Amino acid sequence: MKILIAITITCLVLSLLKDRGRTLASIRKGIALFANLLPAVLTVVIIVSIALYLTPREDLIRYFGKDSGIAGYAFAALLGSISLIPGIIAYPMAGMLIQNGVSYSVIAVFITTLTMVGIITIPIEARYFGFKIALMRNALSFCGAIIIGMAISLIWNIL
Amino acid sequence: MKAYIKDQLANFAVIIAFIVFIIVSYAFSFKPGIEILQYNFQIFAKEIMMFLPLMFILIGLFDVWAPKEKIERHIGTDSGFKGAVWMILLAMLQAGPLYGAFPVAYMLYKKGASIRNIFIYLGAFSTLKIPMLSFEIGFLGLKFSILRTLLTIPIFIVIAIIMENYLKTRKFQIKGD
Repeated sequence: MKILIAITITCLVLSLLKDRGRTLASIRKGIALFANLLPAVLTVVIIVSIALYLTPREDLIRYFGKDSGIAGYAFAALLGSISLIPGIIAYPMAGMLIQNGVSYSVIAVFITTLTMVGIITIPIEARYFGFKIALMRNALSFCGAIIIGMAISLIWNIL
Repeated sequence: MKAYIKDQLANFAVIIAFIVFIIVSYAFSFKPGIEILQYNFQIFAKEIMMFLPLMFILIGLFDVWAPKEKIERHIGTDSGFKGAVWMILLAMLQAGPLYGAFPVAYMLYKKGASIRNIFIYLGAFSTLKIPMLSFEIGFLGLKFSILRTLLTIPIFIVIAIIMENYLKTRKFQIKGD
């Protein structure tokens, strides 16, 4: 985060020194793009905040269960696809799941779907790419996540 | 402005309802409402309010200063393998949630990036960001992280190629404004 602030300020100062008019134009452009995205993002975040509150973490961990087999994968894929969990919460949770005996391949499916598939953010994605393409990218990423999970379960014990 | 409000009507309805809900929660000390705001919403709000404005300033600067011909040469339709490497490196250096990558993808597209490279960018952004990898290594170990990374790269490249082939013959545009 500090790096991003430093980079932004450096770029901004350089730009200002070079051409004030163009810099102001670029800021206006940035604000316009931001205003276009912000309401959709806030809406998603509000819905996710409420959903996160309604599903306690202990329940989630139980559903992953170490003996749940295929159901564990399905749950991981489903939860990863629909939810928008920030890394600060998701990774410690994944670490906890591993310690509770959940396999690395289930965690791989969870992490990959969580990061690559975003059903709840499809409306945002559709603003840029159109609904059909957003859906297609998510569906392909979902299949990809399943493949990655299966591959990890095959390779993990060999290594 | 009028068109903007009309376009975002559903979103504004949710936002206003949420604000009312929070105010009422505080007025009546309704615990779930306060907890939703303090524990869950704030994590996201911080991300949005600190991270997105910086990102959009950079996108705006990129729009004004980045020379289209140069960008096109490096990550355009004929950029091949090198173009893909550029996209992955750019994505790795970033941070934040996937929805922050869509406006960047739009700007890269506007500057001449190929469709395949756009989807490579999205794939790399969602799975290979350095801040995310460091978190992953910390909690899940280096072995897991390396294995997942090595498996993920070919997967999102294949997805990008599929998307490119599908969209090549169709009228496709990334919209941003």
